[in-house]
Amino acid sequence: MTIGGRVILEDINLHVHCGELTAIVGPNGAGKTTLFRAMLGELPHTGERHFMQRDWATEFRAPRIGYVPQRLDLDREAPVTTLDLFAAATSRRPVWTGVGARARAEAQRSLAVVAADHLVDRPLGRLSGGELQRVLLALALQPLPDLLLLDEPVAGIDPAGIDAFYRMVSDLRRRHDLSILLISHDLPAAARVADRMIHLNRRVLHDGPPANVLADPDVRRAFGTAPAAEPRPEAAP
Amino acid sequence: MIAWHELIGRLPFEWAHYAFMRNALLAVLLLAPLYAALGGMVVNRRMAFFSEAIGHSALTGVAIGTLAGLADPLGAMLPFAALLAGGISWIRRHSSVPSDSVIGLVMAFTMSLGVVILSRGGSFARYAAYLVGDILTLAPRDLALLAALLPAVGILWAGWYNRFLLAGLNPPLAVSRGLRVGALDTAFSVVVALVVTLSIRWVGLLVVNALLILPAAAARNLARRASAYLVWALAISGASGVLGLVTSYYANTAAGATIVLFAMAFFALTLAARRP
Repeated sequence: MTIGGRVILEDINLHVHCGELTAIVGPNGAGKTTLFRAMLGELPHTGERHFMQRDWATEFRAPRIGYVPQRLDLDREAPVTTLDLFAAATSRRPVWTGVGARARAEAQRSLAVVAADHLVDRPLGRLSGGELQRVLLALALQPLPDLLLLDEPVAGIDPAGIDAFYRMVSDLRRRHDLSILLISHDLPAAARVADRMIHLNRRVLHDGPPANVLADPDVRRAFGTAPAAEPRPEAAP
Repeated sequence: MIAWHELIGRLPFEWAHYAFMRNALLAVLLLAPLYAALGGMVVNRRMAFFSEAIGHSALTGVAIGTLAGLADPLGAMLPFAALLAGGISWIRRHSSVPSDSVIGLVMAFTMSLGVVILSRGGSFARYAAYLVGDILTLAPRDLALLAALLPAVGILWAGWYNRFLLAGLNPPLAVSRGLRVGALDTAFSVVVALVVTLSIRWVGLLVVNALLILPAAAARNLARRASAYLVWALAISGASGVLGLVTSYYANTAAGATIVLFAMAFFALTLAARRP
């Protein structure tokens, strides 16, 4: 695909399997976020998307994609609460008329999955980075997607929050057999949760188990990472 | 309409005896909810500069109407504003030039073009009313137009408010939920352009944007949820409209600018009362 006459991504061919967590790594400007936006259909591209369903009996439908954006840059004064966000995304009733009891209960149920039900009435601008990511994750899971896209979900979150977030994601994946694509700059953390790692820089440079990709001399040169086998020191409590 | 004039005519105020003031009051009360609803979303989406530019570009709309020999330039102003809004929305999405540069450029061009055309032969003074507005020139036909616009925006707000909100918060997130962000942006831009352009003759293009932005900005100081946001904006927009209009009658000043001063006072008050 090209933007403004410049080739951003070419020859990308990904097979994503059910229940697989794939980490996408690459330098800034490698086209990681662009790939997501193309998959969502927001940017024009020449690619194709094939969705193979497990159950041949069900009728064909487009895959449902859940998306957790890179970072919701909100001004802190925005008069929009977590509940407003949920209701705006999932219900028909315009949120300026208020939010009904059923939509509220539904939002709370969704938020409880990521331990964020207490944040339901909090304005979005008053959520911490980690809280906002959990809220956005809960929203991406409502309704349950076939494919979940996480774009730098832990950027700017403290180490304990990162661990909690990834534990939550792993747990959800097991429970719902979700396919997940994860963009991350934190290679060791991504390697710990992912089944598969893709090194992307305008095209797929490496694709395989995280340990193999991280061990590759090119990748180590590009990122300056320690060998994958070395355990990361635990975050201070 | 007759009932309105009877009702207001009974008020024990001097201004209430005049039909033009009763018309103006009705117009202010019809415009207030339009400004409150649209202004809230304009502030959320950070489009204040866009609506300012649409207001200033109206001079070119007036010029086109004059060149075309229209008795009422509004027939040219509205289509021109709608086209311009759609164009800016398109450029914003398809160009890598920062959107404020695009808007600034378009504003400078359309304002200059309008002034050049309207000032041919040194007669620009005739068009000064577009700058500061004259709410007393309101005709019953204008009121009918406003009365039709209010339910139209109401229907739009009932059906599409959630989409506008989501698309404004994060476009890719809105796309992932099946919304057509580009079309939404264009639709919203065009509606704002129409309301701004329609009200220019009464409130003046110099201050029309303040009427859109100030009540919403003041409401933000008080509201924490979307529903309260609209209620506060409505209250502040309506109160400053009525207070400004009546004050302008006694002080013999331009109504639009007087209303803006009241809206500004409300903004200052809410800023002081803001919850930490």
